[in-house]
Amino acid sequence: MALTCIQHCQRCTSLLRSRSVGITTLQYSTDAQHWSAALWNSFIVPVLPSVLQRSPNPSQTRQRWNLGVRSYCESHAKVQPSQTKHRNTDELPGTDMVSYQNPVSHQLIDGGMLLKEWQTDFDLDDAPGHSALEEISHEEAVRMDIPAALPPVSISLKDYVNESETLGKLVQLGVQLWKLEQRPNVGSMLLRLDFQTDVTPRLVFLKQLGVEDSRLGYLISHNPFILTESLENLQARVAYLRSKKFSAESVASMVSRAPYLLNFSVKRMDNRLGFYQQQLGLSAQKTRDVVARLPRLLCGSLETVKENLKICKLEMGFRENELQHIVTVIPKVLTANKRKLTQIFDYIHNTMNIPHDLIVKFPQVLNAKYLRIKERHLFLQYLDKAQYDPAKPNYICLDKLVSLPDDAFCTEVASATLKDFELFQKTM
Amino acid sequence: MARPSVRVFHKLEGLFSIYKPPGVHWKLVRDTIETNLLKGINAAPPPAPRQRVQFLAEPTSVVAEGSNELTLSAASVPALAHHPLVSGPEFQHIGVGVGHRLDVFSSGVLVLGVGQSNKALTDLYRSHVTRDYTLEGELGMATDNFSHTGRLIERTTYDHITRDKLERVLAMMQGSNQKALLTYSKVDMSTQGAYELAVKGELRPDGKSPPIMTGLRLLHFQPPHFSLEVQCLNETQRYLCRILHEVGLELRSTAVCKGVRRTRDGPFTIQHALTHQHWTSPDVIQAIRQYRSSRKASKAKHTQPGKDTGTASQRQEMAEEAAVTGDSHRLHSVLTSKAFGS
Repeated sequence: MALTCIQHCQRCTSLLRSRSVGITTLQYSTDAQHWSAALWNSFIVPVLPSVLQRSPNPSQTRQRWNLGVRSYCESHAKVQPSQTKHRNTDELPGTDMVSYQNPVSHQLIDGGMLLKEWQTDFDLDDAPGHSALEEISHEEAVRMDIPAALPPVSISLKDYVNESETLGKLVQLGVQLWKLEQRPNVGSMLLRLDFQTDVTPRLVFLKQLGVEDSRLGYLISHNPFILTESLENLQARVAYLRSKKFSAESVASMVSRAPYLLNFSVKRMDNRLGFYQQQLGLSAQKTRDVVARLPRLLCGSLETVKENLKICKLEMGFRENELQHIVTVIPKVLTANKRKLTQIFDYIHNTMNIPHDLIVKFPQVLNAKYLRIKERHLFLQYLDKAQYDPAKPNYICLDKLVSLPDDAFCTEVASATLKDFELFQKTM
Repeated sequence: MARPSVRVFHKLEGLFSIYKPPGVHWKLVRDTIETNLLKGINAAPPPAPRQRVQFLAEPTSVVAEGSNELTLSAASVPALAHHPLVSGPEFQHIGVGVGHRLDVFSSGVLVLGVGQSNKALTDLYRSHVTRDYTLEGELGMATDNFSHTGRLIERTTYDHITRDKLERVLAMMQGSNQKALLTYSKVDMSTQGAYELAVKGELRPDGKSPPIMTGLRLLHFQPPHFSLEVQCLNETQRYLCRILHEVGLELRSTAVCKGVRRTRDGPFTIQHALTHQHWTSPDVIQAIRQYRSSRKASKAKHTQPGKDTGTASQRQEMAEEAAVTGDSHRLHSVLTSKAFGS
């Protein structure tokens, strides 16, 4: 029976070692089902080694209070003195582990740790050394360290945020943990980070880059993997962008608006910049302007951009120089939804009868909502004011048609009240 | 002590109508409104942050050398587990239900309900409310899906069509629909009670029935364009397009539907429907209040004479509708001529 217990615990620790916080508890629970509740409670409930100590030093107590319990399931599985040097994940400091070895022989409740000692020292037939009903002195009780009852696996970071220093500081920065924990493996990754060694250097790097403090939360909420990217890579990519003559402010604004930018390799960014310069035929300065205005052009796939360019050239019939002008004014045309773009262009060109050169003069119409253009055009048509030819009198500027808010549009362009516009909307 | 966001949610629980623009799927409309209402609810101030007590050991310099006392001090630290950035916004989903749906091609009044009032929505529609539509038609074309966006099948001439002929066809269609209404209402036509119901315009089909038009009228006629006003039950928008097609066939020509616009859905008229600029929570709260006050006013009016409370709520609905639509007179004239006069 003892042997099978120990085998089970071995299996559990191997599971726990490889497990990350997240919705990965399936194997864990099925193993436990074979066992009775008492055994489950005594073996599987993970307990910090600190509770097993009988006389901690004040310094150790202080350390323990300051310590965040981060990788909870990793910590007790790795409590072996030989592994203190391995600091990839955050582990308890060496002092705790060294002193831990002493009371092992007296312990009953042990979540499967230090199995070798168990097999040799532990005799199940012995009476337990310390009972839960034993009387202890007041000072001992005050000094006793009660660990937080953290669950070994959880689907939410709520259970760990009170104890974890990293998570607490991220919340202070404004990172939306509730969104991040829904992404697979991100929650456990954040828990395993050490604030001093991992997060702080990268935050300092971003600050030096020029990213504002208020944007740091947004950045990490959208791209938590910036905290695991190596600093050399980040610096190399920023150096590359500076070498392409992007100013420091534009690099800062690009990074804060496209959170994934610095996770892409230099080669990929170079490839994209070259593509835009070649395809659009723009000068270096103009390409820089376009990319600085819409930095996600460097992040996404080029296939959608190629398709959009083909649509503009073949389906809509814009010439090369017209396309260049449109893209420099509205870079969003390159990443717009194809169906919506063609729908708007079809309505403007075929129903409103606006020629190409007018559209090129006011490319904002291609960025507007189809319903808005349709409603406003039909309203003007109903009032007999739909005249978009600059040569004739009572000309309505396309820019004003699309970009003015409703009340300004009604008073200035249509010379009607907002009520009339709403009544007209209900007749469409 | 409800939280501010829960209070806002309770204000939003009610029925209201919106104007669905043509060309959008009703589900997209419903999702947009749910997102906007959630924004309004979560914009309410969050509850006060909770604190928890943590015991900290005193530093060693304070403790005298050699003494074994270890004093602990209590500190109140914020409990981050309930911070909105960790637990998320208070409301992440609300149940917004849709009444009679409108397909992508049509536009008009769409009734929505939030939360508990979805039950009221099903009650409202179990009481066989009718709906008003305005159909725009064009003579001379026939397509495969009866609307002008479909594939063209046939072109015909329409010079021979006059207003008089069109009205005659519409009257014939209305007559056959009235007969269907009488059949499906399963009421014995030879009783006085049936006659009184019919006069008041309160005859309704009992249980399931095919689409029935209770009223049909020509609004304007300017060949090739014409428009009809229809009041119907159990219909689909596709059926209404088919009606226009059949009107064309009856006139020895063809017709397609250019627009289907619902102007009334039960007691919800187009006058109070919200256009897409007003799909926000303050406007919705106001619309719900308006509907509730109008219901109270109409109930106060109708509970004065009514004695038999058997189908009182149903009668009220139909009486409201009859007041709104005014087609009881037409029903009366048809019934007296055909079923009872001869």
